[in-house]
Amino acid sequence: MLSGGVIIGASFAYLLILFAVAYFGDRRADQGRSIIANPWVYSLSLAVYCTAWTYFGSVGRAASGGIWFLPIYLGPTLGLALSWLIVLKMIRIAKTHRITSIADFVASRYGKSHLLGGLVTIIAVVGTVPYIALQLKAISSGYALLTGDHDTNFRTLHLGGWLQDSTLYIALTLAAFTILFGTRHLDTTERHEGMVAAIAFESVIKLFAFLAVGVYVTYVLYDGIGDIYARALAHPDLSSLMSFDGAGQAGYGGWFSLMLLAMLSIIFLPRQFQIAVVENVNEQHLRRASWMFPAYLLAINIFVLPIALGGLLHFGQGTVDPDTFVLTLPLVHDQAGLALLVFIGGLSAATGMVIVETIALSTMVCNDLVMPLLLRRTGVARGEGRDLTGLLLAIRRGAIVMVLLLGYLYFRLAGEAYALVSIGLISFAAVAQFAPAMLGGMYWRGGTRDGALAGLLAGFVVWGYTLMLPSFAKSGWLDISLLTAGPFGVEWLRPEQLFGLTSLDSLSHALFWSLLANIGCFVGVSLLRSPTGAEASQATLFVDVFRRGVATPASFWRTGAEVRELIPLVARFLGQRRTRDAFSTYARTHGLSSPDQLKADPELVNFAETLLAGAIGSASARVMVSTVVQEEPLGLDEVMNILDEASQVRAYSHQLEEKSLALEAATRELRAANEQLKEYDRLKDDFMSSVTHELRTPLTSIRALSEMMLEDPKTDLANRKRFLGIIVSETERLTRLVNQVLDMAKIESGHAEWHNSDVDMHELVEHAVDATAQLFKDRGAVVEMALAEQVPVLRADHDRLLQVMINLLSNAAKFVPANAGKIKVALGFNDDEIRVDVTDNGIGIPPELEPVIFEKFRQGGGERARPQGTGLGLPISKQIVEHFGGRLWVSATTDKGATFSFVLPRPSA
Amino acid sequence: MRKGLAGQRLVAVFLVGVMLFNFPLLSLFDRPVLVFGIPLLHVALFCAWVGLIALMAWIAERGAR
Repeated sequence: MLSGGVIIGASFAYLLILFAVAYFGDRRADQGRSIIANPWVYSLSLAVYCTAWTYFGSVGRAASGGIWFLPIYLGPTLGLALSWLIVLKMIRIAKTHRITSIADFVASRYGKSHLLGGLVTIIAVVGTVPYIALQLKAISSGYALLTGDHDTNFRTLHLGGWLQDSTLYIALTLAAFTILFGTRHLDTTERHEGMVAAIAFESVIKLFAFLAVGVYVTYVLYDGIGDIYARALAHPDLSSLMSFDGAGQAGYGGWFSLMLLAMLSIIFLPRQFQIAVVENVNEQHLRRASWMFPAYLLAINIFVLPIALGGLLHFGQGTVDPDTFVLTLPLVHDQAGLALLVFIGGLSAATGMVIVETIALSTMVCNDLVMPLLLRRTGVARGEGRDLTGLLLAIRRGAIVMVLLLGYLYFRLAGEAYALVSIGLISFAAVAQFAPAMLGGMYWRGGTRDGALAGLLAGFVVWGYTLMLPSFAKSGWLDISLLTAGPFGVEWLRPEQLFGLTSLDSLSHALFWSLLANIGCFVGVSLLRSPTGAEASQATLFVDVFRRGVATPASFWRTGAEVRELIPLVARFLGQRRTRDAFSTYARTHGLSSPDQLKADPELVNFAETLLAGAIGSASARVMVSTVVQEEPLGLDEVMNILDEASQVRAYSHQLEEKSLALEAATRELRAANEQLKEYDRLKDDFMSSVTHELRTPLTSIRALSEMMLEDPKTDLANRKRFLGIIVSETERLTRLVNQVLDMAKIESGHAEWHNSDVDMHELVEHAVDATAQLFKDRGAVVEMALAEQVPVLRADHDRLLQVMINLLSNAAKFVPANAGKIKVALGFNDDEIRVDVTDNGIGIPPELEPVIFEKFRQGGGERARPQGTGLGLPISKQIVEHFGGRLWVSATTDKGATFSFVLPRPSA
Repeated sequence: MRKGLAGQRLVAVFLVGVMLFNFPLLSLFDRPVLVFGIPLLHVALFCAWVGLIALMAWIAERGAR
């Protein structure tokens, strides 16, 4: 039996030590020599999971269910195995976006939604308040046991009036302590090094105290674990604790539900999120914690069964509350000192939980519930330069007191009604509702704000109906017939057998229905529409956090912000000094000597928003930043810029594509040009060989005749004359050929000289016919003329056109049959053109040759029947006619002669 | 390590744990047999737990090097 003074003195001494540890931790953090920056402290601080519920309740649960206390610790072990996948990602996301609570995480993920943040906060508060009540109850009943305020079965006697109730003072003391720990100042990262150090210290204390009582019971009161089991096995009442379902528990399904629940809570309990994610110093610490923390759980659970069995053996079943065995066993053996140590251990378990939980909740309440409401009132948002750090701290402190008082209220109203373990499980089931929205948000881009809202709301409602409501009914606040007969007598709505589902225990039942409703609504509503821009951009930032590294999120506030407005805005929430420090550091990292030189570019705006997000949550930070920059809300240009940014990569690849297309086109053109060049080269070769061939023929005959005359001096005069005549004509042909080749080359290269004058085509055609009259006479051909009178005068080179006419006429003369030739020359004109036709009755031109007769050295009549001529006449004529903008063509039929025609355009009037 | 071998090993350990701690493997141990005077169920669960933690420690610390 201990006096109240001793216990209170010891408790306060303990709390002072705790505070000293915290103070030391904060001091070292300020000096930059953090004591929590190692994986051991991180692992120990994670053990805040083990609350008074573990400390006292595990034994109680083991006393009634044997091995059934274990899933609550096996689940976290499995969860930690996956932590390297899930928690690491959460840490990275939270660090990148300065996320400081679960509410902030969810709100930020789904487009920085105030509504969502508020809902998560409410669920967290409602789900956690009973859990806090549980801690208060543990401390209160422990105190009552130690002071002897109990009956012979160690059941706590009456509760006094409200003001005489020590639990109220415990709650208030804890509130003061939490305020000292958690809200001494505002930090942009919401990190509390001193608090973490204190929590790690508490974890050591509670483990030590529990192991101490375990060793005492097992090895002092009994002869080791084997002895306890031997005695228990001999006890027929206790044999049911040795097998899996002998204790009338919930079967393998219920076992699995418990494990799943515990696995989810190790990640989604607000205090676990605070410690594991927000307070994390280095993500590498998670590596050691992933096995250290399960090892801690193992250590604190080793003596649970021995203590439970030992207590049952000592007190018998149904007398002393098994939840108190750790205290009552030392007490009945007059080990007051040990009992005090155990009480301090329980105190550390309870205070650790309360401190971290209320800090986490106060951050949520402040950032996601109160701030958004305050910010709606423009007075606060625009308040001229007023420092809001005080207001923020006051809100947080108020939230801490409120949460603890709510816990106390719950304890007063329901504290005696329900066993510790049930309250804990109700809380676990509440926070399990965060899992779909958070896990879905981290791994699925399709989740939308509406989906998350619907899922959370549905899960929360079903949780309240199937778990919270029955607990109220069992506490006697509601008519118990609600459970047995259903609301309004509707049997299929019975909260613990919803829709007649009777084969599950109440926890599994609630977990199944709430998660089914939650996941169903989350996925279903999300799939109703595609995510909006804000949701999609946040989704990418969350899902791809590893791929992007420390990418800055696209800011919607592009321009219009002034540095001189931004800094005071941040200072209002963070205080002048911290703000100055933060911006100075930022300026230095950007190579500037002071913050005054900063430009309010998107990066700086984003930096300010992130700073604010640490203090007031991401959704509120966005609203606040928007008050400074809202003079220029998202204009068309900004939207275009954002779109540009977003589609930069796409645009870049588009450019690449265009370039490669252009390259392809250029290649194609080059190839075509190359082909043409090759063709020209081939043509040139052909031309050269044709020319040399044409030159060789007359040269050969000249040479042959000359040699004959040279070698045979006896050649008679007549022959000599004949030979010389041939030589002269061949020489003339050569001269003509060379002239024509030169002519052709000149025309083709554009170097020909043109002597333009007024040309009367009538006169020109007659002239040409006169000039060729001898040719036709030689061939015995008749020329017929049909020439229009009054032909318009052309501006052209007379001699060249004459050359064309003579060429056409001489061609006709060559191909008409001897002595039966008929040549018709026609001249006409219309409004546009003057037309000349030269028709013969010669051998004609086979259709396949028609296209080629205008090519150089091609002549009609085939190779054998090759008449005299150079093969350049027609190509030259064609070039001349085309030079004056006309056309030259042939229309011919085999055997019936051919008509060569050309038109020349009339000069425009 | 996240996407490396250690991460995959931890996932495998998780799956092994889920199997060991649940029906039907769990039911294999639920029989009235004593090991060192302690029911097989209790010994088996704690041993599996210890084994799992040892495995996780080995994986995590090995990857740390």
